[in-house]
Amino acid sequence: MSPAMESNTPAIEIKGVEKSFGATKVIQNINLSIAQGERHALIGPNGAGKSTTFNLISGYMKPTSGSIKLRGEEVAGLRPFQINRRGLSRSFQVTNVFANMTVWENLRCAVLWSTGHRYAFWKNVDNLPVVRERTAQILEDIHLTSRRDVPAGLLTYAEQRALEIGITVAGGANVILLDEPTAGMSNAETERAVSLIRRLTEGRTLLIVEHDMSVVFGLADRISVLVYGQVIASGTPEEIRGNPKVKEAYLGEEAA
Amino acid sequence: MDGRDKPGHDEFIRHGPDKIMLELIVISTLNGVLYGMLLFLMASGLTVIFSMLGVLNFAHASFYMLGAFFGFQISRWFGFWPGLIVAPILAGAIGAAVERYGLRRVHKNGHVAELLFTFGLAFAIEEIVSIIWGKVPVDYRTPELLDFPAFTIFSTNYPAYKMFMLAVSVVIFLGLLVALKKTRIGLIVQAALTHPHMVAHLGHNVERIFMLVFGVGTALAAVAGVIAGPSLVTQSNMAALVGPILFVVVVVGGLGSLPGAFIASLLIGLLQTFAVSINGSLGSVFGPLGPELAQSWLSDIWNVSVAQVAPIMPYLLLVLILIFRPMGLLGTRES
Amino acid sequence: MTDLASHAAALGAAPPRPTVSDRLKFYGIWLATAVALLVLPQVFSSGGSLTTFSLVGISIIFALSYNILLGQTGMLSFGHAVYYGLGGFLAIHAINIVGFHKWPIPLPLMPLIGGVAGLFFAALIGWVMTQRSGTAFAMISLGLAELVASSALILRTFFGGEAGISANRTKLFKVFGLSFGPQIQIYYLIAAWTLIAIIAMYALTRTPLGRMCNAVRDNPERVQFVGYDPHVVRYLAFCFSGFFAGIAGALAAINFEIANSAYLGATQSGTVLFSTYIGGIGFFIGPIVGAVFVTVLSLGLSDLTQVWQLYFGLFFIAVVAFAPGGITGLLMMHRPLIRAGMLQRMLPSYLIAVVPTLALCTGLMMMIETIVHYTVNPNESPNIKAFGIPFNAERPSVWAISAVLIIVGFILARMSWTRVGQTWDATLSAARAKVHAT
Repeated sequence: MSPAMESNTPAIEIKGVEKSFGATKVIQNINLSIAQGERHALIGPNGAGKSTTFNLISGYMKPTSGSIKLRGEEVAGLRPFQINRRGLSRSFQVTNVFANMTVWENLRCAVLWSTGHRYAFWKNVDNLPVVRERTAQILEDIHLTSRRDVPAGLLTYAEQRALEIGITVAGGANVILLDEPTAGMSNAETERAVSLIRRLTEGRTLLIVEHDMSVVFGLADRISVLVYGQVIASGTPEEIRGNPKVKEAYLGEEAA
Repeated sequence: MDGRDKPGHDEFIRHGPDKIMLELIVISTLNGVLYGMLLFLMASGLTVIFSMLGVLNFAHASFYMLGAFFGFQISRWFGFWPGLIVAPILAGAIGAAVERYGLRRVHKNGHVAELLFTFGLAFAIEEIVSIIWGKVPVDYRTPELLDFPAFTIFSTNYPAYKMFMLAVSVVIFLGLLVALKKTRIGLIVQAALTHPHMVAHLGHNVERIFMLVFGVGTALAAVAGVIAGPSLVTQSNMAALVGPILFVVVVVGGLGSLPGAFIASLLIGLLQTFAVSINGSLGSVFGPLGPELAQSWLSDIWNVSVAQVAPIMPYLLLVLILIFRPMGLLGTRES
Repeated sequence: MTDLASHAAALGAAPPRPTVSDRLKFYGIWLATAVALLVLPQVFSSGGSLTTFSLVGISIIFALSYNILLGQTGMLSFGHAVYYGLGGFLAIHAINIVGFHKWPIPLPLMPLIGGVAGLFFAALIGWVMTQRSGTAFAMISLGLAELVASSALILRTFFGGEAGISANRTKLFKVFGLSFGPQIQIYYLIAAWTLIAIIAMYALTRTPLGRMCNAVRDNPERVQFVGYDPHVVRYLAFCFSGFFAGIAGALAAINFEIANSAYLGATQSGTVLFSTYIGGIGFFIGPIVGAVFVTVLSLGLSDLTQVWQLYFGLFFIAVVAFAPGGITGLLMMHRPLIRAGMLQRMLPSYLIAVVPTLALCTGLMMMIETIVHYTVNPNESPNIKAFGIPFNAERPSVWAISAVLIIVGFILARMSWTRVGQTWDATLSAARAKVHAT
């Protein structure tokens, strides 16, 4: 039995992770454990290292030291695609889609690897029933059916954000990392995005970086607070609300 | 080959093997450093243009060629010394115009279009030069003032003109260093080298700076052309010969790294010059191939001398670097 | 988990399956191409046109193989001729060896040997090269091309030095009594391979790998986060591209019965880049258009003027600067207008713009030809004829006329093209509105 099979193995377990750029230590000794199926939010002031943490977990950067386990398996130092193949998918804070390809093609690219077609050059990509079905499903889920044949670069901002989330979940990864999915959205758009996220990550593990506190407290089962590259508190939304250290370092300045 | 046919044989008898060796090393080192400095005059401009504008100037070596031909033409009309000053200014002005009226327009079409624009330009410049000056080498002479041997080592006269070339390139190198450290533009260039994405935040005078950088970069290449012209061959294919080596220098040094380009320039300069002076082959070291292999294609590899391989040395170095240090000697940038 | 009903609902979001008439249209195009290739030599039967068609076919395969890199995967190579040339050399050696041993391998299979050779060397060299993308890849491709081209001059036994290696294509095992001596048989051999290669390369664009190539072109970073290694995608694209370039090189070797170092050289690499880009890298058909255009142009221009390569270079620069989508891109731009039936609205402003543009070009041409007269052939008759226009290059008025044409042409062309741009914007939005309304 692989460790991933046991349900009490954390989806993500970070131990003693550090990251330095030259002499500056951006992340100092992060410890974080996220259970399978949990919706976990990572909050903290600007420059606290939230995006860097994402980059470390998803393999975009290599940690200077420490261990990152994905469902029990060490992934620190692996390449992004290797981590993705092990069931972790992430979105980006700045929209990062395939601009010259249509919405349909964008989503389909995200489905291909996980449906086992990999680098196949002997199959007609339009003739793969499972791929077609999964892509169509995601397309409907993100409500972009009417924009199916539009190049992604020509979508509106909110549509691009929805596509970004669609690409992230399309591969069926068990662990989803979303980096500020509602940044720059209006209230109505944010609301739609939150329900979209809630629906699409049903039954999966979610780690989300978010500045909008209503989104955080509405969505998360647990919250971790990152300040100056360190997790200063971790707990349920109530615990975080009541935590004096958090109030002082972060929520306090919001309230003031 | 019979040893007696070699021109160096008499000296070999007179001075003995050690002195021949020493002579070879001194001369090759001087030539190698000289060639390396010329390469760096071009590579420095290429690197700075690449870092600031994000454009790989495929036509960079063409400005080296333009420098040589302008220098040649001016030396015919007014003599060598005016050419030394005017030719680079002319070539630099053309370079600045290319940036202002060509590249800036193409910029919106993306990096591939920019690179292809300079590629087309290199092609057109070669055609124009061969239309105006023909395809055969022109008679670009060293100035009389410098037409004497600077010193004699054992039996070889080292021309004063080469010492002059070395001096010019060293002076310009030092001048660049000072300009980079002390002037405002220099500081901007330095910042652009380390943080290329910050260039966009330079503000409204960014266009003027781009034009200036392109103009100065191409003028530097032209300086290399003017001073190299009389010593090497001034011919319409000279850009096509140097261009690829220039790219090797930049990749081996590491994209966007000036110190890297400097080291790679000297390395390639020395490598090629030393290779040219070595006549040995695998065959001369390990003995001839057996008769059953002597006619096969293996014999080509076996019998080729190091000197004959010299032209491909830079490219072999490129392959080695790519395998063992894909980012180049001092490079950090991906692309 | 989704049940059957929601499956059906979701599939409604998928693009519609091609209908029977769509399929007929699709296969009809290929069939029509095949028929056209068959009939072509009956219509134009002169030896010259057969040679031209053969060269065009080779050039189409080569340009399409290049576009697997540039257009599909976003890799700009300056050394694609390496795989073309090695394919050609391997095919020539294979013809000689097979002919010598009298093995029962017919000539029509030789291009496959060229293809495998191209694939082999691409696979060998490609892994290191495709580690880098963008500008670095472009520079490295040039360096490695120089390495191979210079090595070819050193390895004289294999590459035959300056003279190259020749072979006799008629000495092979014969099928259906075909000797492959006459050019018409070679034409059909090349036409068949061209059709096969076009279909294969088109099919490649519609596979999972083909689509991931596009994704790598658009955003190599994001590709890593949907499970793909962009290096592997680039590498596989590079191998395929080498394979088809090898086929093209082998066909060229068969056509000329010789392979020499020019096959591998920078000029050959530059030509394929020109053809592909001028045709347009954004559409599958672009390189085909470009290959036809450039091959015919280079054969035709060399009769019209001595310095055709200069015009060629200037034309390429103009395409890069003004029409980065190439010929096909320009044509495809007009699709929405044609659909809305509004193309005629553009014609008047096009006509107005063409006149000063032609004047500008004529002026430039006169200037260039006059300079050529003075520098290249000063002792010949000053009555020169370029592009069918005769004039006396030594008359001082030529300078004045060409200067006026250039300056006035430039100013008027600039104004009229600005107007074309405005008309274009207006017409396009009108066309869009019309299509939306229906």
